Amino acid sequence: MMMISKPTTMVVCLKGAATGQQQNRNMATLKQISMRLKSVTNIQKITQSMKMVSAAKYARAERELRQARPYGEGVKAFFEKSGATEAAETGDNNKLIVAITSDRGLCGAVHTNVAKTIRNELSTESVESPQSKVFCVGDKSRALLQRLYAQNIAVVANEVGRKPPTFLDASKVANELIQLDFNSGKIVYNRFKTVVSYQTEEVPLLSAKTMLAAPKLQLYDSIDQGVMESYQEFTVAALLYYTMKESACSEQSSRMTAMDNASKNAAEMIGKLTLTFNRTRQAVITRELIEIISGAAALE
Amino acid sequence: MASFLRSTKLATRLTQGPIKCFSRNYADQMNFTFAAANQIFYANKNIKQVDVPSFSGSFGILPNHVPTLAVLRPGVVTVYEDEGTSKKIFVSSGTITVNEDSSVQVLAEEAHPVEDIDGSAARQVLQEAQSQLSTASSDVAKAEAAIAVEVAEALVLAAGN
Repeated sequence: MMMISKPTTMVVCLKGAATGQQQNRNMATLKQISMRLKSVTNIQKITQSMKMVSAAKYARAERELRQARPYGEGVKAFFEKSGATEAAETGDNNKLIVAITSDRGLCGAVHTNVAKTIRNELSTESVESPQSKVFCVGDKSRALLQRLYAQNIAVVANEVGRKPPTFLDASKVANELIQLDFNSGKIVYNRFKTVVSYQTEEVPLLSAKTMLAAPKLQLYDSIDQGVMESYQEFTVAALLYYTMKESACSEQSSRMTAMDNASKNAAEMIGKLTLTFNRTRQAVITRELIEIISGAAALE
Repeated sequence: MASFLRSTKLATRLTQGPIKCFSRNYADQMNFTFAAANQIFYANKNIKQVDVPSFSGSFGILPNHVPTLAVLRPGVVTVYEDEGTSKKIFVSSGTITVNEDSSVQVLAEEAHPVEDIDGSAARQVLQEAQSQLSTASSDVAKAEAAIAVEVAEALVLAAGN
C-alpha cells in the first residue's frame, strides 16, 4: 500500500561519523587482509543475489510495460491531436512537477537523472515569482531535492517500488494531485528503451482549464465542464499509471546492470586481495624461516 | 493591383479549402485503440463500429465520427470487427476520445470480456455493495458504496445477457 504524506518537519538523518579502524595499507597484516577478503566476498554474494532478484522483477515489469504502452500512447494521443500541449506551454505560472521515482536505491542513476532534470528546471526560476510545486513519488526524489528545494516539495508519496505499481496506486497519487491547485505541469520519468538504456523524459500534465483552452477543442462535440473534469481526472490517473510502469521497468533494468557491475568489481577485488593475502603469507613464512636460520647460525 | 492580389488570395484559399476537407475523410477507416490497465484489446486496429456507454448516454461510433470526449459509464462496450464478428467487453470506468483524424481511444480502468463474468459472483458483489451502502455513515463512504452498487448492477446486467 502506498502512503502519502505532506512534509511538515524536516527529516534529518544523522549518520555516525566514520571512525572505523585505522587503515594502513602498507603494513596490512594477514588478519586484516583476510577480514577484508571476507567482507568483499559477502558483498559479492549480496550483489549477485540482488541481481538475480531484479532480473526476475525486471522480466515481470517488462511484460507489464508492454501492456501499458498502448494505454499511455492512447492518453497522449488526445494531447497531441488537440494541440493542448502547446496551450500549456504558454502559461508558465503555477506549475506542478511530478517526480516519478521509488524508495529504493542501488540502481544506477535513474533517480538522480529525474532529480537533476527537476533541479535544472527549478534553478531557472526567479526567487520572487511564485514557485513551481514538486510532487515526489518515491522517497528517493525527496531525499535528492530536499536540501535545496525543500519549500517546493508539496506532497511526498512513499512505499513505492517494493511491489509493481498498480492502477490503484496511480489513482491514489492522482487524487492527491488533483487537490493541488495548478495550471500546467509535467511528469518527469524514465522511459524504458532497452535493458541497458533508458531516457529521462517529460509528459505534460494538463488541468481541466488548460484542456478547455486547447486550440482545436472547438472541433470536439458535446463537451461541458463536468465531462471535462472527469475526463481530466481519469487522464491524470492513466498517465501516472503509464509513467510509473515505465519508471519501474527502467529502475529494475538499471538495478540489474548496476548489480552486475558491482559483482564484477567485487570479483576483481577478491582476485587482488587473494593475491596480496598469499604474498603476505609467503613473506611471513620467509621472514620466520630467516629468523630461525639466522638464529641457528648465530649459535654455531 | 491590390484587387488582383486579393483575388489571387481568394483563389488560393478556395483551392485550399476542399483539400482540407478531403484530408479528413481520406478513407472510411478508424484507428481504434481499446486498452485497460489490465489488458490490451485493440491497438490501432481498424474496425466497423463500436458502441460505448457514457454518462451522456450510450452511443455508437462509426468511422468519421465527429470529434468528441466522453466519460465511460460501467457497462458493456460492443466492438463490431471488420470480419463481421462482434465482441462484448465489460468496462468499469474510463474515457472515450474521438479525434479529428478519426482515431478513437477507449481507455478503461478495468475491462473484461463479458463471457468471463461469473453471474452468481456478480450478484454476490451486488449484495455486498448494497449492504455497504446501507451501513455507510460518512458522505464519502456513501458515495463510494453508491459507485460500487452502480458497477455491480452493470456487472449483473452484463452477465445476464
